[in-house]
Amino acid sequence: MNNSSEEAAATAAVATPAGTGQSGTVVRSTVIRRLFKNPLGIAAMGILLVISLLALLAPVLAPFDQNYANIAKTLAAPDSVNVLGTDSAGRDVWSRLLFGAQLTLLSALLCAGVAIVIGLPAGLIAGYYAGKFEAGSNWVVSILMSLPGLIVLLTIRAAFGPSVWISMIAFGILISPSYFRLTRTAVQSVRNELYVDAARVSGLSDLSIIARHIFSVVRAPIIIQTAAIAGVAIAIQSGLEFLGLGDPTKATWGVMLSEGFKNVYLNPTLLFWPALAMALTIGGLVLLGNALRDALEDGEKIKHRRKAAVPSAGTTPAPSTARPSRKSVAAVDAGTEHHLVKVTNLGVGYPQADGSIKKVVDDVSFHVDRGEILGIVGESGSGKSQTAFSILGLLPDNARIVAGSIQFDGNYTVAPGDERVSQERLSKLRGKRISYIPQEPMSNLDPAFTIGYQLVTPMMRVLGISKEEARTRALKLLTDVGIVNPKRTFDAYPHEVSGGMAQRVLIAGAISCEPDLVIADEPTTALDVTVQADVLDLIRDLQKRLNIGVILVTHNFGVVADLCDRVVVMQNGRLVEEGPVRGILRNPQETYTRTLLGSMLEGREPMTTLVSSTSQGAAS
Amino acid sequence: MIRFIAKRLGSGLVVLLVVSALTFFLLYMSSGSIARNILGDQATAEQVALKEQELGLDQPLVSRYFTWVSDALSGNLGASWFTSEPVANSLASRIPVTMTMVFAAMILIAICAALIGVAAAVKRGWVDRVVQVGAIIGDSVPGFVIGVILVTILAIQLGLFPATSTISPDAGADAWIYSMSLPVIALLINGVTGGAQQIRSAVIKQLERDYVRTLRSRGIGEREILFKHVLRSAAPAGLTVLSLQLIGMLGGVVIIEQIFALPGMGPLAVAATGQSDLPVVMGVVMYTVVVVIVVNLLVDILNGWLNPKVRVS
Repeated sequence: MNNSSEEAAATAAVATPAGTGQSGTVVRSTVIRRLFKNPLGIAAMGILLVISLLALLAPVLAPFDQNYANIAKTLAAPDSVNVLGTDSAGRDVWSRLLFGAQLTLLSALLCAGVAIVIGLPAGLIAGYYAGKFEAGSNWVVSILMSLPGLIVLLTIRAAFGPSVWISMIAFGILISPSYFRLTRTAVQSVRNELYVDAARVSGLSDLSIIARHIFSVVRAPIIIQTAAIAGVAIAIQSGLEFLGLGDPTKATWGVMLSEGFKNVYLNPTLLFWPALAMALTIGGLVLLGNALRDALEDGEKIKHRRKAAVPSAGTTPAPSTARPSRKSVAAVDAGTEHHLVKVTNLGVGYPQADGSIKKVVDDVSFHVDRGEILGIVGESGSGKSQTAFSILGLLPDNARIVAGSIQFDGNYTVAPGDERVSQERLSKLRGKRISYIPQEPMSNLDPAFTIGYQLVTPMMRVLGISKEEARTRALKLLTDVGIVNPKRTFDAYPHEVSGGMAQRVLIAGAISCEPDLVIADEPTTALDVTVQADVLDLIRDLQKRLNIGVILVTHNFGVVADLCDRVVVMQNGRLVEEGPVRGILRNPQETYTRTLLGSMLEGREPMTTLVSSTSQGAAS
Repeated sequence: MIRFIAKRLGSGLVVLLVVSALTFFLLYMSSGSIARNILGDQATAEQVALKEQELGLDQPLVSRYFTWVSDALSGNLGASWFTSEPVANSLASRIPVTMTMVFAAMILIAICAALIGVAAAVKRGWVDRVVQVGAIIGDSVPGFVIGVILVTILAIQLGLFPATSTISPDAGADAWIYSMSLPVIALLINGVTGGAQQIRSAVIKQLERDYVRTLRSRGIGEREILFKHVLRSAAPAGLTVLSLQLIGMLGGVVIIEQIFALPGMGPLAVAATGQSDLPVVMGVVMYTVVVVIVVNLLVDILNGWLNPKVRVS
């Protein structure tokens, strides 16, 4: 318990690179702890450690000098003196392999070091100050990125002669954009965060802001990048040496490969050792990078799930007081298939890495009738959206129905005992009888297709009408949702319209096939305050005119008060209270509902007017 | 769209100019005793001075660069210092060999990586795991090492393929494909493993987009969502992956040609580099940059066509 909360804090620090200097150290320690739990990560670190040790101790371990040649004993098979045999010049393969490791690792480090020294500061400056420096460096980056590494190294070799160090410095410069871009992106995402502004206002210098806040963000990605770059550097340097363009006086794996390939008909095992050494080293680096990335991403995943499910400290869980009210809800449901939707004891969960299932919705029951607007209210993570997506059958792939049932118009879409939503049953209903209004208008339209196309196609598929007919209907729908110039909007791409207009388009799409039930997931949250009121009006008008059932998911009691007939309050995946809107607003039974109401309508009359209530909601 | 292409073409020409200048100065500034290198240690100071005059090395560097540019614009890239063969001729005879191989490999990579990557993203399960493991193995073994392994095992040990692939125009298509298959396989393995992995990520990223859920809620079928919407949105990322692979391959093919003794750009570039035959090196760099610019331009145009934001404005 103690451990898990600590981990939650740490992972939160990974995902939202938090303000304090300490968070950085916490991040690193947990990432490393997670890395040590990953068998591949341990294997990778083991391989790299062994190779590094061998390289470090090469002068001690190697029985011969790297260039000592026993001409009397060429291409010899392994024996007690030359444990891996000798090459065509009578040099000891094992000794050369060890010295090769030394040079290979050092050159990879040099390359990564040069790339960091150039890319990191440039990325920090470009990300933090933007402006001309960023434009200029972007241009340089685009040139560097368009040059094939090996061709550049050939040019450098032609100009400066054979030197591992010069070619690795050149390659470091060439590959520095990868650090530049990584740092710049990270800095840009942090730059405008509030806590950086706060640091600036509180008088910290730019330098210490960068050092404290931004450096802790980019540190882990840089380690991952370095593992990848070291691998690429080893590969390309060996390639150069394989071509016979390296320094012939130095034993490297590339030179050894080249030498082995020349004698491939005589002794192919000469190829085997350097190839194995290279594959092990690069493979170790690749695996280490992957394991580190997994360790970082796992942190974010756990954090997401926690956000969706786990009670946050400070809110009052109401296990004992909630139970009676849930019972009363279940009683209302009993034996009524005339309900449009009936959700009974629904439980939704996500399988965890350790085999357990994390419940995000637990024992939730309610119903919706035709012509009725039901509000589902709760804070983020209360399970309200998960409940809505269960009805739509649009839960993520890894979600499981762990309990309960859902019925739509007298038929089960989730029968008792089902593990998943039946896509077979729901695909016949979706679009046609159940439809959906999403939260964020812009991201819910495909940017590559016109608005008209995205309205017309579902009607053609679902209603089986002709394109011409669908087009006429789409234009009328656009007029119905209050768009002044429907023809222009019809032909526009999503990026050419405003957020409010896009939300109207999505509402038009939701009602285009005359559904019986519309599920609206926070339909106004992403909109400007002035537009919010219009969209709510629109939903109310359409609902009245078409006499459809609506499930309105929201965190905003103002919206509920304005629009809903009945309301369901959810907390931590459980249903806390259910009843007619007026009753609950005037006389909330549960502490949690009162807290929720109090936090939103503080100092106001419960039934506020439309405009001030929505603006209140947006402000809170 | 035409303005967009013109702009891209213009910036490509600027890049060409910048890279040519950088390469030229880098090559000629640092090699102090070029004439001495060519003539060897036995040559007298007089002979060296004469050679320098002959090569125009006594002129100031900047004016030599402008001479090179004006010559290059008329198709004259100079001549090799060692064989006296015009650089343009060497390039013209070798580019087709290299480019056929690169494009054959790229087309196969595009097809295989796209099929495997999309399958892994959509089906997940074992296909996905194979792709992940394949990507790690592909990343761990450099392309030329794969080439060496293939030659050693398939050609030399088992005798299934010829170890060296020289193309004779009379040999016929069968023989040509047979002799080229090993180098092309060596070129494409890393591309397929890496490309499949990246295309998988691109497709998964699109599948998780909000609009996909909304399309599902509208009653659009899975197949239509995948082929019409998701793949289209993932295409720019896939194209970028492939174009970066092609750029990398221009380097990788040099080593592969060396391994298989193919008469392409590789042996020319390696010999010129080893001897510091600067006009030839310069020519190789220019050919590479031109290919890269053309490829990037094509990718930009395709992306522009796929992305309405670029197309409309």
